[in-house]
Amino acid sequence: MRGAAPYAAEFAFDGMVYAALVFSTIAKGRIVAIDTSAAESAPGFVHVMSHYNAPRMKPMMPWASSEKAAGNDALPIMQDDRIRWNGQPIAVVLAETQEQADYAASLVRATCEAEPATTSFAQAKANGTETAMLGGQPVHIEIGDAEAALATAAVSVDATFHTPYQNHNAIEPHAVTVAWHGDELEVHDASQSVAHNAWSLATMLGIDEHQVHVTSPYVGGAFGGKFMGTHQVLAAAASRLAGRPVRLALSRAGVYRLVGGRALTEQRLAIGAARDGRFVALIHTGTSTHIPGSPHPELAQFVSYSSYATDTLKIDLQWAYLDMVANAAMRAPGEAVGSFALESAVDEVAVALGMDPIELRIRNEPATDPLSGLPFSSRNIVKAWRAGAKRFGWERRNPTPRAVREGDWLIGMGCGAGSHMYAREPGGSARLTLAGDGTVEVAIAAHDAGMGTATVQTQIIAEQLALRPEQIELRLADSALPGLVPGVGSSQTTTAAATTVAAKHEVVAELLKLVRGDSPLAGLTADDVTPRDGGLAKIDDPGRHESYASILTRAGRDELTIDASGGNPTESEQYSMYSYGAMFCEVRVNAITGETRVSRLLGSMDCGRVMNARTAAGQFRGGMIMAMGLALTEETLYDERTARIMNPSLAEYHIPVHADVPKIDVIWTGIPDPHAPLGARGIGELSMNGTAAAIANAIYNATGKRVRQLPITLDKLL
Amino acid sequence: MKPFTYARAGDVAEALRAGAAPGAKYIGGGTNLVDLMRETIEQPTALVDVTGLSSDIKRLRGGGLLIGAAVRNTELATHREVRTQSPVLSRAVVAGASGQIRNMATVGGNMLQRTRCAYFYDAGGSRCNKRNPGQGCDAIEGFNRTHAILGASSACVATHPSDMCVALAALDAVVHLDGPGGARKVPLTELHRLPGDHPEVETVLDRSELITAVELPPLPWARRSTYRKVRDRASYAFALVSVAAALDVRGGEVRNVRIALGGVAHKPWRAHEAETALIGGPATTRAFRAAAEAELMAAKPLHDNGFKIELATRTITAVLSELAGGTR
Ligand SMILES: Cc1cc2nc3c(=O)[nH]c(=O)nc-3n(C[C@H](O)[C@H](O)[C@H](O)COP(=O)(O)OP(=O)(O)OC[C@H]3O[C@@H](n4cnc5c(N)ncnc54)[C@H](O)[C@@H]3O)c2cc1C
Repeated sequence: MRGAAPYAAEFAFDGMVYAALVFSTIAKGRIVAIDTSAAESAPGFVHVMSHYNAPRMKPMMPWASSEKAAGNDALPIMQDDRIRWNGQPIAVVLAETQEQADYAASLVRATCEAEPATTSFAQAKANGTETAMLGGQPVHIEIGDAEAALATAAVSVDATFHTPYQNHNAIEPHAVTVAWHGDELEVHDASQSVAHNAWSLATMLGIDEHQVHVTSPYVGGAFGGKFMGTHQVLAAAASRLAGRPVRLALSRAGVYRLVGGRALTEQRLAIGAARDGRFVALIHTGTSTHIPGSPHPELAQFVSYSSYATDTLKIDLQWAYLDMVANAAMRAPGEAVGSFALESAVDEVAVALGMDPIELRIRNEPATDPLSGLPFSSRNIVKAWRAGAKRFGWERRNPTPRAVREGDWLIGMGCGAGSHMYAREPGGSARLTLAGDGTVEVAIAAHDAGMGTATVQTQIIAEQLALRPEQIELRLADSALPGLVPGVGSSQTTTAAATTVAAKHEVVAELLKLVRGDSPLAGLTADDVTPRDGGLAKIDDPGRHESYASILTRAGRDELTIDASGGNPTESEQYSMYSYGAMFCEVRVNAITGETRVSRLLGSMDCGRVMNARTAAGQFRGGMIMAMGLALTEETLYDERTARIMNPSLAEYHIPVHADVPKIDVIWTGIPDPHAPLGARGIGELSMNGTAAAIANAIYNATGKRVRQLPITLDKLL
Repeated sequence: MKPFTYARAGDVAEALRAGAAPGAKYIGGGTNLVDLMRETIEQPTALVDVTGLSSDIKRLRGGGLLIGAAVRNTELATHREVRTQSPVLSRAVVAGASGQIRNMATVGGNMLQRTRCAYFYDAGGSRCNKRNPGQGCDAIEGFNRTHAILGASSACVATHPSDMCVALAALDAVVHLDGPGGARKVPLTELHRLPGDHPEVETVLDRSELITAVELPPLPWARRSTYRKVRDRASYAFALVSVAAALDVRGGEVRNVRIALGGVAHKPWRAHEAETALIGGPATTRAFRAAAEAELMAAKPLHDNGFKIELATRTITAVLSELAGGTR
């Protein structure tokens, strides 16, 4: 570790000032007055921005409202006197140092008039809910009469599950450093969507997209929380107002107040099964908290769309509206909490049937996608189950709860299935410049938020063009580069894979045009040749080879530049495409205190081709650790009286620490998906899913207690 | 944070002089005070660094140890004599915070660290009688899963967060103070106050009084002592309930016992009721459980923390049983 990688809050400009935010402390109402006199006489004070003097700007554009929209809500930012959530920024104070800005901000006094707000889940439900929308369609699906089938099923489980609010906690809090050069805006962002953010900032500020340049070379974790946010807009506006470059780094509490995380969910999960275990009814309905205009549905029910074969299916999601910060996409949104409910319920059915839970899942394997009827592109979850069970020693599991004990510790094993839908973005493109010395510069608007994207992209390109990784220079996370690939977790690699395959074809075609008559390649067509040893070679006669450098030099060219695009993801219209995981867990629960310790975790994945074993294993382990937090410790303490987040700190919001995390084992089937570019389906979110249920099911096996409300803290096990 | 001056005291007299200035505050490792200053909850105008004063651990004649107020938590926990003579203390210290924080934190600062109540910390958005006396308490009807079940008042239900102090309470430690009015000694169990009507007054210290040391009286049978901390994750979380205990059993009879609880009250809670119930009686799990129940008779649960009563009862029972059975 050399500290040489510059993060967003480490870029500096001459004359730069530091920003601190003042947050509202009520959920809803009106700002009557903001007294900044004390702040203005504080040492180092430079400027203060509030709705009184902020430049006029368009409201935030939520995800998917247009091609490059990437906001979490549709709200105006500091444009009026309205307070819409507790923690909303109401003033930006600029000063010569961060400490001076923080102090001056603490002296700002706002007078607000509170209005009745909806702050509790119960009240939000009582106000009346609305059917959630996804892609313009209401989230309500019925196949057959699931309620009737449930009522007459030989065995049934019908239970309610609760999952709490959770917040993003990337190790690098959100930050941005901005400078105006005339009407051009330079932005160093911590972002997973640079192209979107450039467009969004331009649109909101009323300038041209090309006047905004956003880069984000290093990002300290994103997890869906680092798309377009409020703080970039505030920084740009305050900088324009003050005429000075601005650095705005959110405090940890600031991240909690501004960014949002998982919505709270209440889910009904009912399964009816025949004696042989076959599902005759699957019902997954429920309510998620929401704010109007938010693009993130927290669609827990999605996991029940195609996990199991069932005679009848009922899906429904309601939104309950609260006056609070919009929720964000958070690693495996919807799926992480939905798979907890679904996979816990499946375990309950297994118990009711007296059947092994893996066997039960295998018996309910669908032949084709239960909802769309499409064939699966590649579904090998049964293989993953078998391999995982063997490796984990599942046959040693005692199915009787509370039967295994070591001193004060009750020991149990559990499992759960996870899946994550394959996605590929249509906009993926790259610019590839082949230089006379045979090296390649590749520019692509991808992002590396610590996942190893840069490594894997380099590796893929090297492999496709038969170069060594060190011959490739990769440029990413720069809005001036071609392409529109947000780091949407798992879809980034798949999108880039398609782009790279396209780029290879372009390179071959363009090089062949340059080949001279005396070349060993003369007369060959694109179908005859393939990249080999830093050049092109005839496929069935590798002796006929000419290096890239030689082709270019002899053609009198310094370089060759091509633009390639991955094209539309038509594969997902023809196939049902998912990655899968069979997750295993062993826990020890203290019989006296109820403390849970996860002693073993195994993920057995079926995710298409694994591009890089090390970065893939890192993603899987990270997801499983995050799921440990979901299952056992993480909860945003949102005070329902005031809509205020009470634990905006890593001391009191408990993510797993090292001492909580056991050695995590990861294996994969390694079966490439024949219908995905390069066979890869994407892996970033997958292992979040199924793991929390595996933990909860292991706790049941250890203790005989079925906890349906996360997190499973010790008081629930006493 | 509010601008402040900083000076390092060379000796106790200098510290006292500087500490007497209005707005002055002593600073040890700063691991709690600086956080509170960032949150604007503490707003000293002058910091007097006392980490240069008495940073050693001395053996006292007649047994016992005198631990300087500036001794770092790590040093205390790893001290050979502490580990062998009073394992409860060593274990309590390492159960707290993280390695990095313990390397900075001092004994004096640890004693005077302030509550972790979320409403206390939320200077901008919540009511708190500690921060603003008479304002009201948002914890009583709010999130109070981690709050007090013993000795709380209608003004405050916060707990004292220190692990170290729970062990010190069990060991009958004595705190050495110095101040404008001269030096004095206070038993640790009397250093912190219950909240009553004035939760803002947390200790019996006068404003500029300085902690110079803490004395561990000789207690040979505390070789058989331990600390058990129950919390929400394996490390780096405050106690939901913790138990410090030392036990002297001979011939199946409890000759002597010390029990203190953490995470349950505004101060480290010495379990006198339980001790009295046990001394002279049988060292059995049943007796331990009965004594624990006797101690917790007075417990008053809030909305979220009722589980602490059973948890504390079970943990006391388990810790005493372990001490009675094992040789540790
Ligand atoms: C994330 C986190 C987790 C933690 N977890 C735990 C935990 O699990 N268990 C636990 O016990 N603790 C925990 N702590 C708290 C930690 O133990 C305290 O912060 C530390 O002990 C304070 O010591 P310090 O020397 O840094 O005190 P400082 O922050 O320097 O001072 C604290 C107070 O003591 C006063 N003071 C300091 N020295 C003297 C003196 N000699 N005389 C008079 N007054 C003095 C100061 O004026 C101040 O009011 C945690 C802290 C953090 C930040």
